[in-house]
Amino acid sequence: MQRYFKTIRLFWSTAFASQLEYQLNFLIELLAMLGTLLGSVFILSLFFTGGRQLGDWTWESALVIQGVYTFLDGLTNALLRPNLTEIVNYVREGTLDYVLLKPIDSQFWLSVKKFSFAGLPEIILGLSIVFWAAIQSGSTFSIYALFVFIISLLIGFIILYSVWFLISASSIWFVKTWNATEVLRALLAAGRYPISAYPVILRFIFTLVLPVAFLTTFPAEAILGELKFKILFFGLILSSLFFIFSRLFWKFALKHYTSASS
Amino acid sequence: MLEYRIEIALWALSGVLPFIMFSLWSQNDVGNSFGLNDTGLARYFLSAFLVRQFSVVWVVFSFEEDSLSGRLSPYLLQPLHPLFRYVASHLAEQATRLPFAIAIAITFFILNPSSFWLPSLPQLFLAYLSTHFAFTIAFLLQSLVAALCFWTEKSSALERLIFVPYLFLSGLLVPLSAFPSYVLKVAMLTPFPYLINFPAKILSGMPVDIFNGFLAQILWISILVPSVNILWKLGVKRYTAMGA
Repeated sequence: MQRYFKTIRLFWSTAFASQLEYQLNFLIELLAMLGTLLGSVFILSLFFTGGRQLGDWTWESALVIQGVYTFLDGLTNALLRPNLTEIVNYVREGTLDYVLLKPIDSQFWLSVKKFSFAGLPEIILGLSIVFWAAIQSGSTFSIYALFVFIISLLIGFIILYSVWFLISASSIWFVKTWNATEVLRALLAAGRYPISAYPVILRFIFTLVLPVAFLTTFPAEAILGELKFKILFFGLILSSLFFIFSRLFWKFALKHYTSASS
Repeated sequence: MLEYRIEIALWALSGVLPFIMFSLWSQNDVGNSFGLNDTGLARYFLSAFLVRQFSVVWVVFSFEEDSLSGRLSPYLLQPLHPLFRYVASHLAEQATRLPFAIAIAITFFILNPSSFWLPSLPQLFLAYLSTHFAFTIAFLLQSLVAALCFWTEKSSALERLIFVPYLFLSGLLVPLSAFPSYVLKVAMLTPFPYLINFPAKILSGMPVDIFNGFLAQILWISILVPSVNILWKLGVKRYTAMGA
């Protein structure tokens, strides 16, 4: 276990050093992030014109969801995207061989090798929005609500990671997964809005098939102190299943791996 | 291109965003506040989806890859401007996307039978023309960013700075008539509304100022063509043939 922590530390300190070379990139990401946030809050505000509500969510509580989305988007940009979109290149160029030979778990190595520090401002900003908007909508922040919030964020992140990893791992067969990740990104954008704002059939899909609801709506309910315990329980089970499945799938995929270079 | 059928099907699917937005706007009854009933909303968003399928551009990503891997050098030696190579590959992929786009449109009509409509021939022609203009503007805008590849190695990161205003101002997420008037005024000064909103309005049969729309599209093209040309010429002088 200690070896894994040490590895992460080494990976990320090298990542930090190499990214200092690209400061302009950092600035661009920052601008793009602010623009995206401004745009989505603007679009969200259009739903509330004329004193309307969005699927029984008030303006302030809907902003909590935007905050959670921004936070997860930051994590995606910092950790998931830089690492998991690389898997396809390892497969195509045959360099996956070297990863498999290392005396460390290959899924771990592939998932944490890089860390893009340009995602950090988004993570911090996302959390700030969550807390600010939660205060605005009158949340009392009991210790219990905070605890449930952290657990439900963890559930959301594990589900997000597993789905991304599953798609990336399928590159063992398909060698091109860029478009599949684009579909995923388009669908995940549905998480910007509360799940109760969708028609019934989409609510069902976004809760059970592609659990977008667990990514943003439920953590937002948690910090507002409205999350039902049985949903949290169900989320724990669902995220464990997703994670276990991603591991089994990776093991299965590796059995089919027929190196490209050797 | 026909080799990559799954790829293209997925690519067509990745355009689902207008449909997600449609379900939100119609479920929450917001359409009325900007003068569209459910049928109007459905037609608008299906049109927006179709327009995007035939105007989407990724030249900066192809170009960056070619530039970094040194494949650009032989292209530059050829007597044809390298950008035409990318134009051709975009047009080819648009053609292969047609059956998927039709399949998605049919599925949409089955799910929302009341929204079914067939645009008249002149409507279809004007929508076709304005979608091509939209593609041209989007292509030129991205080429402008692509030409920056000659200066920086990571110009695809700069593309985000075009994509963000495109996402919110083009009308992909909401018809522009929903914007408050002061936002609308600013938006109309940018090229983005002419990329989705204008062609989609023609296709869906919403009232639209056709003359001024086309005028603006042509104006943007005539500004962008010389700009791309100049930036490209300056860039080629700096080209150092990476990887070659």
